[in-house]
Amino acid sequence: MTSLATKMDSLARPAQRSGLSDLGIRNLFIIPTVLFLIVFNIFPLIYSLGYSFTDFSASANAPANFVGLRNYRELLSDEKIWANFAITAKYVIISVSGQMIVGFGLALLLNRTFPMKGLVTTLLLLPMMMSAAVVGLFWKLLYDPSWGIINYALGLGDFAWLSNPDAALFAIAITDIWMWAPFVMLLSLAGLSAVPKYLYEAAAIDRAGAWYTFRRITLPLVAPILLIALIFRTMEAFKTFDIAYIMSTQPTTEVIAIRLYKQAFQQWDTGKSCALAYIVLIMVLAITNIYVKYLNKVKER
Amino acid sequence: MAAVKSSGRAAVNRLAVVGVIIATLIFLAPIYWIASTAFKPRALATTVPPTVLFQPEITSFIKLFVKRVQMNKPVDPEAYAAAPWWEQRIMDNGERVLRAGNSVQVSGYPSRFMNSLIIAITSTVLAVGMGTFTAYGFSRFRVKGEADLLFFILSTRMLPPIVVAIPMFLMYRAVGLTDTHIGLIILYIAFNLSFSVWLMKGFMDEIPKEYEEAALVDGYTRMQAFFKIVLPEAATGIAATAVFCFITAWNEYAFALIMTNRRAQTAPPFIPSQLGSGLPDWTVIAAGTTLFLLPVAIFTFALRGHLLRGVTFGAIRK
Repeated sequence: MTSLATKMDSLARPAQRSGLSDLGIRNLFIIPTVLFLIVFNIFPLIYSLGYSFTDFSASANAPANFVGLRNYRELLSDEKIWANFAITAKYVIISVSGQMIVGFGLALLLNRTFPMKGLVTTLLLLPMMMSAAVVGLFWKLLYDPSWGIINYALGLGDFAWLSNPDAALFAIAITDIWMWAPFVMLLSLAGLSAVPKYLYEAAAIDRAGAWYTFRRITLPLVAPILLIALIFRTMEAFKTFDIAYIMSTQPTTEVIAIRLYKQAFQQWDTGKSCALAYIVLIMVLAITNIYVKYLNKVKER
Repeated sequence: MAAVKSSGRAAVNRLAVVGVIIATLIFLAPIYWIASTAFKPRALATTVPPTVLFQPEITSFIKLFVKRVQMNKPVDPEAYAAAPWWEQRIMDNGERVLRAGNSVQVSGYPSRFMNSLIIAITSTVLAVGMGTFTAYGFSRFRVKGEADLLFFILSTRMLPPIVVAIPMFLMYRAVGLTDTHIGLIILYIAFNLSFSVWLMKGFMDEIPKEYEEAALVDGYTRMQAFFKIVLPEAATGIAATAVFCFITAWNEYAFALIMTNRRAQTAPPFIPSQLGSGLPDWTVIAAGTTLFLLPVAIFTFALRGHLLRGVTFGAIRK
């Protein structure tokens, strides 16, 4: 850095002022990053696209045989895979709607002045900054059927949250809500604070009721930012792996990412898991596309 | 009438603040519980009803750092008296510190913690460095197909880790990069680079172009203007971006689980693996978790002004 700076100094004389042209600098600054991302993200995906048409197994020594679209055909007609997608959809709905309600509710509570507001807001944001794997781990302690504090606090006796096939997905979703409701809260707070005060004053003069004010003023103005939170959380919940993988081994909690992990790294069914990865990838890219569109829309305002 | 309304509003306000207090307590309870479990004696960690008041001790942290085994016979009183105080604490729980020759055997935790630090810091420096240059390029120069390129860059971040991990695992195995620091560092750079470009572009867009233009008129080259004028202006943004990238790399689980198993393993896959089978010592797991969460908690406070920006990839400021 210093050596670069001194080198620059020697170039500072007006005669040699040109140095690198703007075009050169632009390319020097942008191309390495794009190349890096192509090499380490796009190239692997092309590589796995190739394998998705084979019966390759990374644990066997046998060469890969081309099988055409068989992997895709088998996956799309496999009821178990559809069950995994159904579990994922259920998880996304429970978890994301919980986050939206709790997060927006918290934001409505916080959207006023009171002492130590900054500190309280930051404390509430702590969960979303933590590692999902570690959060999942210590929630297991809280959920323990015999001595966990959740059963004790709620008086549930020895209800087995995580080994009960019907409750496990809800238990994981509750942990996810605890972790990510703060995210929705953060975005909602920004949306709420951007609602002009005079609109509320005008509503008060017109003797509008609290519910009417909320429905006609607050909600429409916060909606775009809530939508961003909704799309982003949906995408992330769809990809969920860590928290569900750590917390439960129930088949009822096997979301699609866990299915993919098992197929690729436990059964070593590499060719087929590459095909499944592509099915998942297309879904994620579709949501990403919607997300970026809305992000740009809100940015323009 | 007006007085009634404003007193009504004050009541609503008071009620809301009570709600905030309750919500904060509920949200912090899990964190408090894991942190307090780290300071409990083992016998009190899993009691019914849960133990709230206890004499805090640091035995679990000692256990976290040393290798130990269950004793199969009662401890010899002489050996107990001769042992240092911290070994006595471990013996009290029916365990013995493992020694090789004369030196105490260190557990797997410190090396995993160090791996996490090395990998998170190195990948952060490189991702933020490259991201800053690229963000400047996008912010100041006309780039053909800029929107598409930026979408491409962001979309790489949205890829599910497992999807990328399958081919990366095969490629890493072919070139011998599995279970290496470099292997994980590359993956984390790739993961954080797009975020760093997007966030830094927001910060760069806020620095007035006129600053550099004035410098260019004064005879600076574009490079000099970038290093001497733009970078110092962007320092806060660079710091915030770096903290975000650090936290992401620090917390990452899926890649670390798949790509490492020992030498380069980071803390997130290691800590849950301590659960193992049989009766886990929750105080030790709690101690490991608390130490691991501490840097993130500190950084969250340091970042509090930038959190909104960070989670929206720089799109929404305040």
